[in-house]
Amino acid sequence: MNKLNWLKPQWSMLPIIVFLGGWELVVRFGLIPGNLLLPPFTTVFQEFYRLIANGVLVDNFLRSLVRVLIGFSTGSFAGILMGIMMGLDERTNKAFHPILSLLYPIPALGWLPILMLWIGIGELLPIAIIFICSFFPILYNTITGIKTVNRDSIRTAEILGASRIKILKTIILPLALPNIFTGLRLEAGMAWRVIIAAEMVAIPTGIGALLMRAESLIRVDIIIVCLIVLSVMCLSFEKFFIYMEHRLTGKWR
Amino acid sequence: MPTIELRNISNFICRNINLKISGGELLVLLGPTGAGKTTLLNIISGLTLYEGSILFDDEPIDKIPVSRRGIGYLFQDLALFPHLDVRSNIIYGLLIKKLGQDQIEARLDEMCNLLSIRHLMGRYPKDLSGGERQRVAVARAIAPSPRILLLDEPFNNLDIKTRKYLRLEFKRILKGLGLTTIFVTHDFKEAEEMGDRLAVIDSGKLEQVATPQEIFFSPNGDKVANFLGSPNIFDCDNYEALGNGLVKASCEGLTIITVWEGGKLNKIAISPEDIYVSRNEPLGPPINRYKGTIIEEISLNSVVTIKIKTTSKDILVRMRKEDFIAESLTVGSDVFFILPLRNLKGV
Repeated sequence: MNKLNWLKPQWSMLPIIVFLGGWELVVRFGLIPGNLLLPPFTTVFQEFYRLIANGVLVDNFLRSLVRVLIGFSTGSFAGILMGIMMGLDERTNKAFHPILSLLYPIPALGWLPILMLWIGIGELLPIAIIFICSFFPILYNTITGIKTVNRDSIRTAEILGASRIKILKTIILPLALPNIFTGLRLEAGMAWRVIIAAEMVAIPTGIGALLMRAESLIRVDIIIVCLIVLSVMCLSFEKFFIYMEHRLTGKWR
Repeated sequence: MPTIELRNISNFICRNINLKISGGELLVLLGPTGAGKTTLLNIISGLTLYEGSILFDDEPIDKIPVSRRGIGYLFQDLALFPHLDVRSNIIYGLLIKKLGQDQIEARLDEMCNLLSIRHLMGRYPKDLSGGERQRVAVARAIAPSPRILLLDEPFNNLDIKTRKYLRLEFKRILKGLGLTTIFVTHDFKEAEEMGDRLAVIDSGKLEQVATPQEIFFSPNGDKVANFLGSPNIFDCDNYEALGNGLVKASCEGLTIITVWEGGKLNKIAISPEDIYVSRNEPLGPPINRYKGTIIEEISLNSVVTIKIKTTSKDILVRMRKEDFIAESLTVGSDVFFILPLRNLKGV
């Protein structure tokens, strides 16, 4: 029965189909006011196919994807690690909290000029920006997650004979997971938004750079293709973490 | 099971506490909120710093860390691990002790039978009722065979009916296991039902250690008496058996019928909140019904304490303010009061 589920009408797709149909009709029948440069949807779709066929989109997409994956995973790992240390040990928290509180409010893109001067324009620059963008929110979510673990649960494990490492592995981290996942979920989408901005400003390759080139050539169809790719990637990353969170914590929450 | 001895225990709350608990005894630590009951449990378990010495079977354990003291501790909120199912919660301590799979299964089976929780194994704490959570938490605490069990007001969040049922059941289980247990509560009725002996603590100081009866009839000072609610205690001159376990006693000018199957009846006591007061003469046979006049009234929040003058002794009664108003009671009112048979205690 489940195998036939895909045959059932997917009603959530209906508004999208109506929107795309409306878009196509409005442009084809010249109902757009003023001189708005908007190609019909079918033209955008054709361009999407052409960009995939000639490898331009795939090449730029993969460059952006690799940068996001490296920056996001290292930034998240560092954020979780630092968060664990600060969440567990009050002295470490007190030592680092004032500095991190000062750095946290700076928008990730605010670091761009100084990073350009420090590490130059190259592959490392967008990765560093994504690292910064991911690190701080995940750090704070991890600290919150660890600090909100019921103190009596930790004491109970201790009384039952568990070592500090065992308590961390079996009690603290699993119970801090919901908070850590909130950070990962929010920042996974944010990483794509930031990489596009960084590539638009400073890097000659990637989806952001393709967007800028399309703008200078007045290729609205390519711009729209890039925006759709960006939207799908933001959504996919967020959905992935929602799925993982549900898998790991759904049973007991 | 070990004998526990506390010698000159002090810290930021507790003051010079000396206490000896026999092996297999169920001692109830009784006291008002903030008296230092939980702190004392934390001291015994090693969770809080202290001065003085704790001995298990005459061996000091002060230098032994929390994880190796061999203690079972039930916190007020039970602290079940929410991310582990019931089975994993119970075997957590057994896995840490590195027991073999066969031993773990055998111990788990024992816990399931003892606490009737076999049907809960695959469930998570969020899916358990209050009573089920208590059972699972107790199973987890006693599964690793601790040397001593500490229970910190474990029935606090339960309804009265479940609470009463569970404490009787737990008492039976703990007595069956012969486990040395310290049970913390602020409720005298609960303490009376659970404990072999009670230790009354107030402001970090141990005020009295005795049987429930001794504490109720001979409270050691005003602090203990006030905490118990200043019970009305009547000295009895003589009594005669009426059969069926009832006696008619003459106590300070009042003729009181009570349930008594012991030896000599010396005193009868009743808590002020257990006395029924009415402006009109109550219906029914004239047993344990008396007349008096209200001579004092003290209102505190929603509770009114009144003193009733009788021909012999003044009686203290505590009642809800709304009942006091509904009965149109004031100082100077002539009233009837009943000492309900089942609320009277004898010694």
